[in-house]
Amino acid sequence: MQYFIQQLINGLTLGSIYGLIAIGYTMVYGIIGMINFAHGDIFMVGAFTALIVFLILGAMFYSVPVAAALLIMMIISMLLVSLYNWVIEKIAYRPLRGSFRLAPLITAIGMSIVLSNFVQVTQGPRNKPIPPMVSQVYNIYGISVSLKQIIIVVVTALLLVIFWYVVNKTALGRAQRACEQDRKMAALLGINVDRTISITFIIGASLAAVAGTLFLMYYGVVVFSDGFVPGVKAFTAAVLGGIGSIPGAVVGGLAIGFIESIWSAYFSIDYKDVAAFSILAIVLIFMPSGILGRPEVEKV
Amino acid sequence: MAIAETTKTAGTANVAAGLREAFYAAVIAFFMFVLLVGVKTDQNIHNELVLVPRPYLLAGLVVLAAVVRFVQVVYLTPFLAAQKVADVKTGLLPTSVALRVFNTRNLVIGVILAGGLLLFGTSLQAAVGPYWGAWLGLLRAAAIIYVIAWGIFYFRSFISAYSYSLGFTVLVLYPIVMVSLFGFQGSLKWVDNFGIQILIYVMLAWGLNIVVGLAGLLDLGYVAFYAVGAYSYALLGTQFGWSFWILLPAAGAMAAMWGIILGFPVLRLRGDYLAIVTLAFGEIIRLVLINWREVTNGAAGISGIPKVSFFGVISFNVSDPNYIAKVFDIATSGAYYKIFLYYLILALCMLTGYVTIRLRRLPVGRAWEALREDEIACRSLGINTTTTKLTAFAIGAMFGGFAGSFFAARQGFVSPESFIFLESAIILAIVVLGGMGSLGGIAVAAAVMVGGTEILREMQFLKMIFGPDFTPELYRMLLFGAAMVIVMVWKPRGFVGSREPTAFLKERKAVSGSFTKEGHG
Repeated sequence: MQYFIQQLINGLTLGSIYGLIAIGYTMVYGIIGMINFAHGDIFMVGAFTALIVFLILGAMFYSVPVAAALLIMMIISMLLVSLYNWVIEKIAYRPLRGSFRLAPLITAIGMSIVLSNFVQVTQGPRNKPIPPMVSQVYNIYGISVSLKQIIIVVVTALLLVIFWYVVNKTALGRAQRACEQDRKMAALLGINVDRTISITFIIGASLAAVAGTLFLMYYGVVVFSDGFVPGVKAFTAAVLGGIGSIPGAVVGGLAIGFIESIWSAYFSIDYKDVAAFSILAIVLIFMPSGILGRPEVEKV
Repeated sequence: MAIAETTKTAGTANVAAGLREAFYAAVIAFFMFVLLVGVKTDQNIHNELVLVPRPYLLAGLVVLAAVVRFVQVVYLTPFLAAQKVADVKTGLLPTSVALRVFNTRNLVIGVILAGGLLLFGTSLQAAVGPYWGAWLGLLRAAAIIYVIAWGIFYFRSFISAYSYSLGFTVLVLYPIVMVSLFGFQGSLKWVDNFGIQILIYVMLAWGLNIVVGLAGLLDLGYVAFYAVGAYSYALLGTQFGWSFWILLPAAGAMAAMWGIILGFPVLRLRGDYLAIVTLAFGEIIRLVLINWREVTNGAAGISGIPKVSFFGVISFNVSDPNYIAKVFDIATSGAYYKIFLYYLILALCMLTGYVTIRLRRLPVGRAWEALREDEIACRSLGINTTTTKLTAFAIGAMFGGFAGSFFAARQGFVSPESFIFLESAIILAIVVLGGMGSLGGIAVAAAVMVGGTEILREMQFLKMIFGPDFTPELYRMLLFGAAMVIVMVWKPRGFVGSREPTAFLKERKAVSGSFTKEGHG
């Protein structure tokens, strides 16, 4: 039982990170109906930015309180990665809006290749390890919970509350939901659709940047190719939860996290990715609208 | 007078806007690159990460971004807009631009430069030293390319009229020309790295074209079938020693079977969902290949895959009694095998192309194209969408399997490393950039994208210019990705924007790209 709860906690940590990335996928899909393939690499760029900020902080100051360091890493990473996603949307996706469906998918794949190879060229192809930032581990009834895991879950929960508030209670969130339902109608009612879409990309990127920072803190290592697998798993999470639905992305992320940690604990660690991908296929085939998604109505 | 004034004020306003935009671009570029380019993380001897600042590189990139943006706003956009107006007026279409570049005077300069540098290049290079010699080499290459491009431009109507037979002739003669130019040993690189490599991608892209271009089913896991074909030949060839000529159809059948197995559950899915499930299948197959160590030898891969023989009559193993050099009594060389492989993959490509062209005229091909355009209309007309989709998957997968077994035979070694998602992405990019459904366009796209990235390996002179630390190979995929984005934004319908219908009433009319919607479902 203890072992099982331990795995649940590990799954919760992992699932929080997937959930944060998945929100970016699901929001973009909801608003412009495209799979932003470069989102996983945006997450990786976030982790790299956090890594460099961490090293700069270490080089400039003798010692920085861990909380302050994490906060600075997160904020700078959010700002810069948002800039990346904003530029990408502007040069690679916006000119193709209204073009045929495959076109933005191809540019998104191109951008994903560009981002990962850009980081490889500028920062080198090796693993980048950092010394552990937080190492406390608490023991509660024989279950070990590390401070890292607590930080990840708390930060994720906080962000989700802020995010929920923005989407549901502000004018910006209303504009976003309006664009999601009907872009043309929203434009007729005076909503600046282009700006709303840009902001959607920025929000998605900042959540991915936080996920990247947390990923770096949790694993203590990052490499240029780290964007692909978490990206695909987060997409799986978004689909599992029902693509286009924001609470669905979080639920899906947690589900994928639980499945992965329990699978590695009780079955085989080699096949944990196979399990995640199989679940994606099975869900799409038998439940294409996901857990919380609206069923798609086919119009003729 | 009034007109001249307005153009003048428009010009200055343009420059002002250009400067403003250039400033924004510089600021954005600065913030984008300040951390990732401005500092490099290196490992010191204690295995700790240290920061190495690179201010000059950062400054260079920022200036570059500003300049590019300025040129784009001030010159490129107005030029393209004016050109559009001029083209519409004169009916000349983009040739009017090309005519300015490809005139007789430039040709004479190009021919003199190319000829002179070809004749005296080596002595000149020796005279000016290695640094300027590298630039001379670049100039020579540019002059030769210009002269060839001039020829292509001048004979463009002839080329477009006979494009298929001309292309086929060029492909057949290619190894012969290379051997006569560079000798057997020198031609190896050109036949193997360029010829065979490009033709493998042409074949894969034509195979995927059946699924994506004709049937409109978006498949992001095509590399899985390539892997099935490669591992079928690798495993059966090494374990049982069967010949390539038996295993080629076997690998194709195996891949087709997997195409049906994977295709069956995804029949109900549409568009993007289909893309993601096929991506998941591609990854599952790769992960199984990595983890099923008892059979596939895991990440280490399978080596010692037997070579192909000429139907058992002539062998390419030096130790065999019927080795080609012994049969024909010529000098031993590795190039014979490569040339043989070149013609083999050329034949396989032609088979793929021929089958595609014939299939498009059969009921099943028509059904694919109807399915691509509108699935619901298709179903209401009584077309069985299940079998139509499954045949598309199976036939596309079969060609992937053929290409895979050829790949295994060529490399002599397979490992899961060769079947990553990136390969699927490259193949799909070639299909889309070539203009889906158009065989010629896809072949051109494959030559440009694969050949273009391969040629970067050859650009060693860049090392002379940018310093010895510069490795052009590293930039291959970066440029590939950038080219994908740029070509897509510039020509969303690919290199070939129109499609000839296979079924038509009385008169064949090309369908404009804007009337077709591909990959819909």
